[in-house]
Amino acid sequence: MKRVEPVSRRGLLGEKVGMTQAWGEDGRIVPLTVVAVGANVVTALRTPQADGYTAVQLAFGAIDPRRVTRPVSGQFRKADITPRRHIVEIRTADIGEYTVGQALGADVFAPGDFVDVTGVTKGKGFAGAMKRHGFGGLRATHGVDRKHRSPGSVGAGTTPGRVFRGTRMAGRMGNATQTTQNLRIHAIDVDRGLLLIRGAVPGAAGGLVIVRSASKRPAARTGAA
Amino acid sequence: MQPLDAVDAASVRDDIPSFRPGDTVRVHVRVIEGTRSRIQVFQGVVTRRQGAGIRESFTVRKISFGTGVERTFPVHSPILERIELVTHGDVRRAKLYYLRGLRGKAAKIRERRGGRGSAAAAAVGAGSGDAAVVAEGDAEAS
Repeated sequence: MKRVEPVSRRGLLGEKVGMTQAWGEDGRIVPLTVVAVGANVVTALRTPQADGYTAVQLAFGAIDPRRVTRPVSGQFRKADITPRRHIVEIRTADIGEYTVGQALGADVFAPGDFVDVTGVTKGKGFAGAMKRHGFGGLRATHGVDRKHRSPGSVGAGTTPGRVFRGTRMAGRMGNATQTTQNLRIHAIDVDRGLLLIRGAVPGAAGGLVIVRSASKRPAARTGAA
Repeated sequence: MQPLDAVDAASVRDDIPSFRPGDTVRVHVRVIEGTRSRIQVFQGVVTRRQGAGIRESFTVRKISFGTGVERTFPVHSPILERIELVTHGDVRRAKLYYLRGLRGKAAKIRERRGGRGSAAAAAVGAGSGDAAVVAEGDAEAS
């Protein structure tokens, strides 16, 4: 198994509120996604001694305690925390700065930080090859008959006599986990528990998103702070 | 998008006068040239207001050297130094695209007297006098 070098990364769970805009210092419009991170709480720590890796486990979101399954509610009871809806582990090298029960807010990140945002994209249902894979489709005229959005040929003839595995075709689209990398934090609102992130993040408004320090920009954090 | 009103409140300007399509406005735009910043004035007729909240915009049309020029600004943009209301226009629709096909006297918009906005018109009385002169000049030129 490939060894993952431990890196110090920060993370938060949040709910996508929606998109809006603001103006940058140069007077240009900045597209923003608002993510409500509210109060994240540390529910457990993973240590090399006990687990073989380091990570911090975060929980987020209100839930009716009766709806929490027994095994999960036991996890929360062990940490002495009221149950939350979502639990996610964030892999990070320095777990020393976290303690179980600790509350984390929007100030985990600072304006200018680069982050990766993970969410579940909107489901598009059974989509054709044009929408799903960006195929060009067939012509609108010149004798094309009721095949305008078809994918065209899917392979050669008698040799190989089959369609290659992985050939892009119509099928279910969306409703898949996706990470958008290297988005920049425009501003944070600690009082309201909001992150204002430049650009778009995956998923519908109201969906769960995981905001993590950008994996491909490790130095950006120190540069901004 | 009510959930975001609180976020937008930080960017919304409350120093923008109320104006409608048909009104003549003088828009003072902050222009940055290299390191210097100066104010450029764009005066013309408001031909539309579009959108709502933080993303609302308006379009101003003027005739410059015989050519129609339209410029669209976000209402809450920080590059707008201020918006000066010159006259209230008497128009019957919200989008004045028909002005594009008209020139000279036909493209002139009657000033609205009395009723809504007359107080505001009085407040910028000196400005409206100037505007009348400008409008006549434009009509002769084209």
